[in-house]
Amino acid sequence: MIALLSRDLALAVRAGGGFGLGLAFFLIVTVLVPFGVGPDSAILSKIAPGILWVGALLACLLSLDRIFALDFEDGSLDLLATAPIPLEGVVAMKAAAHWLTTGLPLVLAAPVLGVLLNLAPAAMGWLVLSLALGTPALSVIGAFGAALTVGLKRGGLLLSLLVLPLYMPTLLFGAELVARGAAGLATMVPTLMLAGITLGACALLPFAAAAALRVNLR
Amino acid sequence: MASLWQYANPQKFLQTTGAVLPVLAVLTALTLVVGLVWGFFFTPDDYRQGATVKIIYLHVPSALMAINAWLMMLVASLVWLVRRHHVSALAARAAAPVGLTMTAIALLTGAIWGQPMWGTWWAWDPRLTSFLILGLFYLGYIALWSAIENPDAAADLTTVLCMVGSVFALLSRYAVNFWNQGLHQGASLSMDAEENVADVFYIPLLVCIAGFVLLFITLVLLRTRTEIRARRISALLARERMA
Repeated sequence: MIALLSRDLALAVRAGGGFGLGLAFFLIVTVLVPFGVGPDSAILSKIAPGILWVGALLACLLSLDRIFALDFEDGSLDLLATAPIPLEGVVAMKAAAHWLTTGLPLVLAAPVLGVLLNLAPAAMGWLVLSLALGTPALSVIGAFGAALTVGLKRGGLLLSLLVLPLYMPTLLFGAELVARGAAGLATMVPTLMLAGITLGACALLPFAAAAALRVNLR
Repeated sequence: MASLWQYANPQKFLQTTGAVLPVLAVLTALTLVVGLVWGFFFTPDDYRQGATVKIIYLHVPSALMAINAWLMMLVASLVWLVRRHHVSALAARAAAPVGLTMTAIALLTGAIWGQPMWGTWWAWDPRLTSFLILGLFYLGYIALWSAIENPDAAADLTTVLCMVGSVFALLSRYAVNFWNQGLHQGASLSMDAEENVADVFYIPLLVCIAGFVLLFITLVLLRTRTEIRARRISALLARERMA
């Protein structure tokens, strides 16, 4: 499983496209927002948590169809399905590789973009925490969506239609956590809810995704 | 030997529903007409809301059926997963557009009711928001069904989506409570509540709900029959190509 993880990481870093693309997209979305709503720093700091979270979510979405599609096309997914490790483990490792190459860079880059959007300094820590807690859920849910649509010709659009409603609770609690942190309110409940969603998704969704993959490989 | 599972045989299903459907259709029309006419013309106006309150006879039943349609899809999907009865999978597929339409009716009538009462067509109220999300889940489910060519794979994948979607729809339903305060009133039709809507409104409303339930059953049976026949046609075409 470790070998699979390092293989996917190496592929993502060396093959290009996946690794920096999400990050660059996140940067561009965040930079475009002030042009859309105007440079008023009071408004920007009010909407910053939401913008940063929506941006991270969309950046995550960009690279989802690559989780299984490339392996499906060249047949290595069939080999992985017949490999001695369970398919659920394969899904979990693929999601982990996706998070390491997409989610983690977003978490690390978010404070810089927070400064651009005039996010309250008190909220910086909460922003990093919320993204660190929430983005694994985005990767796992996305892996489930990718498993559902892997055999399809034009799966990309359908994938976003399927996955975005599933992202709703994560987005809600993530953005709420940052907004409360910025306003100096109690942050315990959204933190726990966000962590709960991530842990629940990581525990259960690999099984659903593996079931979907088995159907698609049939 | 009478058992529910005999209707898993498409032939038996078509026979029985063919006999039942006309009766059901007449009953549906009768109940709906009685309920709606009673509700619209023979109930007093509310002392605060005036005549706008009468949209409740469309709003509440459609909202109720929008949720129950998803529940029915979940049950039918589970039956497909466990017992591999094709009719069950097709019934789930047939129910989805009906459920989506019910969701749309509930949202629309809610907007029309909300405009004079709350002064806005739309508010990011927990109930409204979770209904919008339910509509998105219906859209995704329908899109997935139509995107996959192999019917068995489509049935399996939509079953997985329906199960995961149910969990997330529930999660969203309670997550939005946390996010925003509501404009929408609480439940006022519950069996166990102390205070409900007054009987003059309650009884025609129950008739309307019964009408919508019958309407849903009729439409789903009708659409399931269509799906079975469509499946037969594609099987015949495939056989012809092979020959």
